[in-house]
Amino acid sequence: MYCLCAAGLSAILPKIALAGPEEAAARVNEITGGFASDDDLIVLDLPEIAENGNAVKVAFDIDSPMTRENYVRAVYILADGNPEPDVATFNFSPAMGACFASTRMRLSKTQNIHVIAAFSDGSFSSASAKVKVTIGGCGG
Amino acid sequence: MAKVKPRVKVPKTGEVGEIIEIKTLISHPMHSGRAVDGDGKLVPRQIIHSFRASFNGTEVMSVDLKPSVSANPFFTFPFRVTESGTFDFVWIEDGGREYTKSKKISVS
Repeated sequence: MYCLCAAGLSAILPKIALAGPEEAAARVNEITGGFASDDDLIVLDLPEIAENGNAVKVAFDIDSPMTRENYVRAVYILADGNPEPDVATFNFSPAMGACFASTRMRLSKTQNIHVIAAFSDGSFSSASAKVKVTIGGCGG
Repeated sequence: MAKVKPRVKVPKTGEVGEIIEIKTLISHPMHSGRAVDGDGKLVPRQIIHSFRASFNGTEVMSVDLKPSVSANPFFTFPFRVTESGTFDFVWIEDGGREYTKSKKISVS
């Protein structure tokens, strides 16, 4: 009976295949070539508990002089429990003068958020945090 | 579809070298292609997939958006003002439709 029920569910929702941490980790490797570790250059602002997964605020502040010689060229936001790990990619330029930004994202369930900063010299930094989601935001 | 309306908040004035904060919002449902409507039919994907901000014709930042970005995409980001000029913001929807907004700043 249980099996039947599961089969029925998957027939109704064929596309809800969640990425999972492995796919997210593979994506992190793809972006960084494996050369990123969590450090304290990135300050993440994420809720510990998100009551509504439809709109979870994510903000980051990265310590960078943002000069022509040394700036953050891109910031990747990944969510390892969503149907696809990529949430948004920010492309930055030295003209910004500082490196912070925020947006709102959908989270389908409790999961880890990874933020990767790509620097102009080719190096990477990352930061991760877990967000507990009470009501998922997949809209299904 | 509900009317798509871009909104931007930029300070009207600034001092040379000052870092201002820009806030942008566009009302858009961001249909992820995974949700079903009231009749149980899958709503096709229709999202804003790209956002670009330029100052006096030079792009200063952009964002590539995926379906995981919430409805009514909202962004804040900094900009260091060096001269008076015009910001141009463009949001690009699946299918290529563009929504634009401009804001002027006078710098002393």
